[in-house]
Amino acid sequence: MYCGVKSYKTMTINEIQNQIIEEFSIFTDWMDKYQYIIDLGKNLPIIDEADKKDENLIKGCQSRVWLICSEKDGKLFFRADSDAIITKGIISLLIRVYNEQTPKDILDSNLHFIDTIGLKANLSPTRANGLVSMIKQIKIYALAFAEKDVK
Amino acid sequence: METKSIIENIRKKFPALAQQMNGQPLIYLDNAATSQKPVEVLELLDKMNAKVNANVHRAMYQLSDEATGLYEGARERVRQFINAPDRENIIYTSGTTASINLVASSFCQKYLMRGDVIIITADSHHSNIVPWQLAAERIGAEIRILPIDGRGALRVDMLDKMLDNKVRIVAATHISNVLGIVNPVNKIIQIAHSHNIPVLIDGAQGIVHTYVDVQKMDCDFYAFSAHKIYGATGVGILYGKSYYLDEMPPYMGGGDMVGTVTYQKTSYAPLPLKFEAGTPNFIGASTLKPALDFAASVRDGEVGEAVKASEQEIIKYMLNALPDEVGDVEVYGLPEGKVSSLASDDAGDKIPLFSFNIKGCNAGDVAQLLDKMGIAVRTGLMCAEPLLNSLGVTSVIRASFAPYNTLDEAKKFIECVKRAKKMLM
Repeated sequence: MYCGVKSYKTMTINEIQNQIIEEFSIFTDWMDKYQYIIDLGKNLPIIDEADKKDENLIKGCQSRVWLICSEKDGKLFFRADSDAIITKGIISLLIRVYNEQTPKDILDSNLHFIDTIGLKANLSPTRANGLVSMIKQIKIYALAFAEKDVK
Repeated sequence: METKSIIENIRKKFPALAQQMNGQPLIYLDNAATSQKPVEVLELLDKMNAKVNANVHRAMYQLSDEATGLYEGARERVRQFINAPDRENIIYTSGTTASINLVASSFCQKYLMRGDVIIITADSHHSNIVPWQLAAERIGAEIRILPIDGRGALRVDMLDKMLDNKVRIVAATHISNVLGIVNPVNKIIQIAHSHNIPVLIDGAQGIVHTYVDVQKMDCDFYAFSAHKIYGATGVGILYGKSYYLDEMPPYMGGGDMVGTVTYQKTSYAPLPLKFEAGTPNFIGASTLKPALDFAASVRDGEVGEAVKASEQEIIKYMLNALPDEVGDVEVYGLPEGKVSSLASDDAGDKIPLFSFNIKGCNAGDVAQLLDKMGIAVRTGLMCAEPLLNSLGVTSVIRASFAPYNTLDEAKKFIECVKRAKKMLM
């Protein structure tokens, strides 16, 4: 169960990814892995109804995702929700990786942990669960804030 | 022979059923999307690809004759299977969707004017909605919907009043791929014909689960896909009455559908070739012979009785287990107390197809967990978004059974759904 103690300096994206990979390595059974992801989803803070507006919505065929991004002191903060719990669980991991990172670090990053922990199928565009679009959207936000910084 | 043994023998004909999915024995319950193929179909595909691959209708050598013989032989088998009067009434297409597009385009081009009306049933699959929308947009025609009631039954009582002098065609669903109940198509056709209005039937599910006799039903068009009735993918059939097919302009132009060609003008081939442009999927189409032979074998005689009994058992079990054993379940498409069998064409009969939701669970979540337990079901909009909207949902879970599925599989399915529900809630 993730309740990791954060050091004063935020871990890098890759450090967090490796931490997640290690946590998942204890699972030998698919169902245990999924139960863990479901529990993560259940524990992800719900966003306000007010934030569930169309401009934050990423629509998929099987489930919907809402993503809100804010910036503070050169770092990006994300909140997200979904009406599908497994998607929400994966969102929880993605936020753990991207939260409080700089736009540059987000743009330079390579998301490999999903594949390593065996959830590649969930990120397939054909799954239409909004996750691929959500990651794209995170990168778009990072790009927008990075350009803003330059100006 | 005992029912269980008969079903076992049927299963043995389907190599695909012996595989595993995610380390579990495959339980394939998405037959409404596509069916598995029996060895006879697979063997014909192999044989033709390896030894009888020559373009049809065109050449003067033996190999071409053989391929043409298989292709046209399958067409004749289709004609027999649905009791169509003549070969010229059986058009090969690439599927139900292509068949309906053909009629929507060609029939509407010939018979509709601005302000005319097309009627479609509210339980329609997108393939019986969008082609008509495209035609209506082009022509300036209007689409009217024959509604369903709260239970999902078509409001046939409203049809007569809707058939004013602007209506040119009614396009109705034989069996909804969401609700799984046989619609009263005979009645719909009767009412439409009393106003001299032709009827197209979307038979994608209907061909699999009922005896289709197009002359008895007297439909003007009937469309279905080979791949849902144990045949190869990429093939479909359009049955049409000569009265209309003769008058309708060609849909696609090219090879095989021509008579004489000059650079300026072309005369067209007689039916059915008039509507079959280009090299057909002759290998896929030929599989309709063994596919329909198999379909006939599981609805007739001792085997047919066993399959009927098995499907009835499954239907009764599922309709009870979903609400009682899983709990918090809403099932869409409940029969009026009648639970029936393969190959009955009694309107109101339930086929072994179950769309449902578990309250508080996302359908996609359930399906993902079922996948890991080896179970293949469909979730989402079922290509019937307007229907799901009127049922008040954005997604459903659907389990659809074929003659090769067993009661044990149904029980395993329910067990796994319970497990998934426990994990998610």
